[in-house]
Amino acid sequence: MNFDVHVAALVLAMAFFTWLLRFLPFLVFRKNTPGYIVYLGKVLPSAIIGMLVVYCLKDVEFSVAPFGLPELIAAVSVVVLQRWKRNSLISILVGTILYMVLIRTVF
Amino acid sequence: MKNQSAFVLKQAFYKSLPVLAGYIILGIGFGILLRNAGYGLLWAFAMSSFIYAGSMQYVGVGLIAGGASVVTAILTTIMVNARHLFYSISMIERYKDTGKYKPYLIFSLTDETYSLLCDGKVPEEASGSRYRFFVAFFNQCYWVTGSVIGSFLGSVLPFSTEGIEFSMTALFIASFTEQWLSGGNHIPALTGFLCSLLCLVLFGPEQFLIPAMLLITLVLTAVQSRIRMDREGTE
Repeated sequence: MNFDVHVAALVLAMAFFTWLLRFLPFLVFRKNTPGYIVYLGKVLPSAIIGMLVVYCLKDVEFSVAPFGLPELIAAVSVVVLQRWKRNSLISILVGTILYMVLIRTVF
Repeated sequence: MKNQSAFVLKQAFYKSLPVLAGYIILGIGFGILLRNAGYGLLWAFAMSSFIYAGSMQYVGVGLIAGGASVVTAILTTIMVNARHLFYSISMIERYKDTGKYKPYLIFSLTDETYSLLCDGKVPEEASGSRYRFFVAFFNQCYWVTGSVIGSFLGSVLPFSTEGIEFSMTALFIASFTEQWLSGGNHIPALTGFLCSLLCLVLFGPEQFLIPAMLLITLVLTAVQSRIRMDREGTE
């Protein structure tokens, strides 16, 4: 096992700054939270989830075959199942299995 | 009391299940990459325990393998993880009275844990903090376990699982749909989705996150008075 001081420093730096980003807002707004921040706290969750959906699909190539169809079909199936059953576990499981089948058989 | 603890544990485990497969597989991928870069089990375990940020750890392997400087590592961490500022801002009120669980809840706020906990729903209010703690803790267990397995596997890839990484995408799509169906104002959700899409087209897949976050904040700030009036009207 190679113990490397420089690599240890890199890992520590990454860990510390990841912590810093997560803890900073809690430290800054410890006493009383300004109304604007409370407002952001209410509207950001659904906005960020929307952003994460785009983030997950960012590397899909829509201009070359199969034109992102496996992702699109699986994504629509998740939306439809969620509307129908309102059970995230079922939607995720079926959507993922459908995607795995699609990339093996159809596309 | 004991029955109640078991109830909270069970509910938390059930809630964390959507993340299980994704974290094990992504963790394995990370462990394999790190092993191939020349760093074994202890490094994988340490990084997944202390950094605990999925995409950052993947980028981190590149930094380590490429012999990056500490300054580069710090700047990259800030760029890749800036979104965590937003997660924390939106959890300030929710985590206010979580007591002894608070430090770990903040530390463990990854994309996936955030998406499970940001709707604020808990099985019962009294044990809410314990419940959130265990959801977060189970998630980290999956991630660390995956990393360790990957480190053992080395370069032997589990080919049969190709495509299982879609479970992460499915998790976010299901959360998005569920929040949409839960009613309320749809402007925040649409803002997040459309601003990100626009920035993806403008800046490309490697660079769109930070412009997207800025644009989202800008738009949500601009429509603040409208949404606030809406909320007072409906609540």
